[in-house]
Amino acid sequence: MSNHVAIIGCGYTPIRVATPEASYRELTFEAAQRAYADAGISHEEVQSAVCCEEDFIEGISITDEYTPDQLGVVLRSVETVGGDGLHGLGIAAMQIQTGALDIVVVEAHSKASNVLTFDHITEFALDPIWNRPLGFHPEFIAGMEMNRFLHEAKLSVEDCDRIAAKNRTNALSNPIAAYPARMTSEDIAHSPHTCAPLREAHEARRADGAVVLVLASEERAKGAERPVWIRGTGWANDSPTLESRPWGKDGATEAAARIAYEEAGIRDPSREIDLFEVDDLYAHREAMALAALGVKNGAAGVNPSGGSLGMGHTLDAIGLYRAAMCVDAIRSGRSKVALAQSWRGVPTTSVAMSILSVNHG
Amino acid sequence: MGNRVAVIGAGITKFVRRAQETPPELAWAAASQALDNAGMTLDDIDCVIHGTAPDAFDGVHMKAEYLSAGSGGWGKPYTRTYVGGGTGVFAPIHSWMHLASGKFKTALVVCEEKMSSCQPHPQGAFITIFDHTTERALGPNLLWIFALEQHRYMSVHGIKNEQIALASVKNKHNARGHPSAQIGGELTVEEVLDSEILAYPVHRLMVSPTSDGAAAVVMAVEDVAKAQTGQPVWLEGVGWALDTAYWTNRDLYYPRYVEKAAWMAYEMAGIKKPTEEIDFAEPYDPFAYKELHHLEGLQLAPKGGAPKLLADGYFNRDGKLPSCPSGGLLGVGNPIAAAGMMKICELFWQLRGEAGERQIQKPLRRGVAQAWGDLMQVGTVVVMGT
Repeated sequence: MSNHVAIIGCGYTPIRVATPEASYRELTFEAAQRAYADAGISHEEVQSAVCCEEDFIEGISITDEYTPDQLGVVLRSVETVGGDGLHGLGIAAMQIQTGALDIVVVEAHSKASNVLTFDHITEFALDPIWNRPLGFHPEFIAGMEMNRFLHEAKLSVEDCDRIAAKNRTNALSNPIAAYPARMTSEDIAHSPHTCAPLREAHEARRADGAVVLVLASEERAKGAERPVWIRGTGWANDSPTLESRPWGKDGATEAAARIAYEEAGIRDPSREIDLFEVDDLYAHREAMALAALGVKNGAAGVNPSGGSLGMGHTLDAIGLYRAAMCVDAIRSGRSKVALAQSWRGVPTTSVAMSILSVNHG
Repeated sequence: MGNRVAVIGAGITKFVRRAQETPPELAWAAASQALDNAGMTLDDIDCVIHGTAPDAFDGVHMKAEYLSAGSGGWGKPYTRTYVGGGTGVFAPIHSWMHLASGKFKTALVVCEEKMSSCQPHPQGAFITIFDHTTERALGPNLLWIFALEQHRYMSVHGIKNEQIALASVKNKHNARGHPSAQIGGELTVEEVLDSEILAYPVHRLMVSPTSDGAAAVVMAVEDVAKAQTGQPVWLEGVGWALDTAYWTNRDLYYPRYVEKAAWMAYEMAGIKKPTEEIDFAEPYDPFAYKELHHLEGLQLAPKGGAPKLLADGYFNRDGKLPSCPSGGLLGVGNPIAAAGMMKICELFWQLRGEAGERQIQKPLRRGVAQAWGDLMQVGTVVVMGT
């Protein structure tokens, strides 16, 4: 990147199974307060905000209406993206790189505990003409993908059991995780099938939370205490139709990684990146993401936070939680170059990622 | 400031009451025209931006993921942005970020809306835009709240409904020259005021229709734009601003968020005196009073002064500052996001001298497009010039 962008503030709420004491606006307010305090700025210094959310999950049409007040950015430049928080992070970085803006925040939240019929809503994401009338449960897509991926990658269901056990156990040392548990592969293998070979314990469970990151231009980041630099961002979609997608691989992550790696100057991710916080909405997706990212087995830390299996699936906020875990690791010296990657879940092929670093390369 | 960015191709479908095409088919009809117009194929496009307003119209969750095939997003960096009714003019701003930042060189920007899927009427979907705790229980709809706003605008400035009705007459007349227009026509002020009152002071002929349609542009950075066409139309300034969601706490007589967005765009474009430095405007006109309201927010008329200028012919296609030469939403139609994008297309065609019978006859150097939306809350502004 010719003009560097840093994350100078990071704020999030602990991820919880349910948060009856707070509305989504209050959760976001709390995350924003923490992020602005961390950045050492007042809300009045924020010039622009990028929010990431979807109407049907919020239960509000054009839900972008309700974004500015809790972020303290009334009458400023605010846009909403129907994407993961990492899409928003890439867009916020571009806003700064235009040279028009110096401080931009990115926000995403999940109030999944308000959603009573999540699977029914997911069904509404299926093509209304070709797929929805078939009446299948959306998890069928994840099970079918798992089957094909394991076949092509020559992996076993036991490999997925190990991933799920690892991430749940990793979450024990993450104070913000909602689903930490000391679990073994055998424990995972004993959970019931939801759509064979997919088991209940292979799936991330939903949770509530909110994340706000403050991004700044290089000039504006000079006074910041512990800036974390955005070295590269990328996002891509593969085929939206079930009938024409490559079920055995994650083409969207491959395409997004090409963009992010080029921008960050990464040639050998296994060697140059020491922390991966990647998609694990289903255990097999972690292996799928690593394959698409070109990461060799055992190369580095993968989802030490516990991932979404251990932390909880915070819907479109999960990408920003992954980025926040990378920021924390870089600031505490546990990582020098970290990669956060997210997928938007079934039935999409929508992926975004960011590469964060202790320096700007 | 970042790289210079231009529009190099535009495409639009007909705006109709009920399209037979699926939403992705509508999107592709506009996208493919824009690509042909720019002399490009999808292989030349680095990233795709989709603009569409509420998911409830189509009844599809994560609607843009479903629309990505029609928008050309397959296998590419693809994002969907939305700021309610302001989306159509915001989508090219979102695209500008992709290009001005230096990250990408070319972008396809597609806006689509299919309102007819929402039965029996899209107003039903609009009930869900209101606050679930404080407002929705009252059963409000858009006609009511915009009637409130129009009433406030009229009472603060002493404006008569005859003066507002003239905006409908002008725009429906202008739309007769637009091949995509849904409800162009020749009307009189009396006919507008004789149409049913939907929510006083709003009459039926002061409201844009519900529509299905799509519009698209291809955008590129300077070197690609110049290599591709002899007539790139440059984005000289962009601005956007979102006001508080608590609209009941604001004085609705003046759209301060449009003023904020306009000055952001004007400063970027180096404009100090908008009335002298802008040749024509495409303000957002879903309701007749909104065109006048927005011309004031855009600093193209004094507060409360737009109705008199309209009556003087100042905003006619042959006036000093033509407004909505396309025919606007009142005449061409209002497939929400696509309607805003239609205004960007109009700037492109007018500035290239390709607007056919709608062409403004005086020489044009610079135009401004604006859209508005959410809870009378968002202003999005783009200044384009030759």
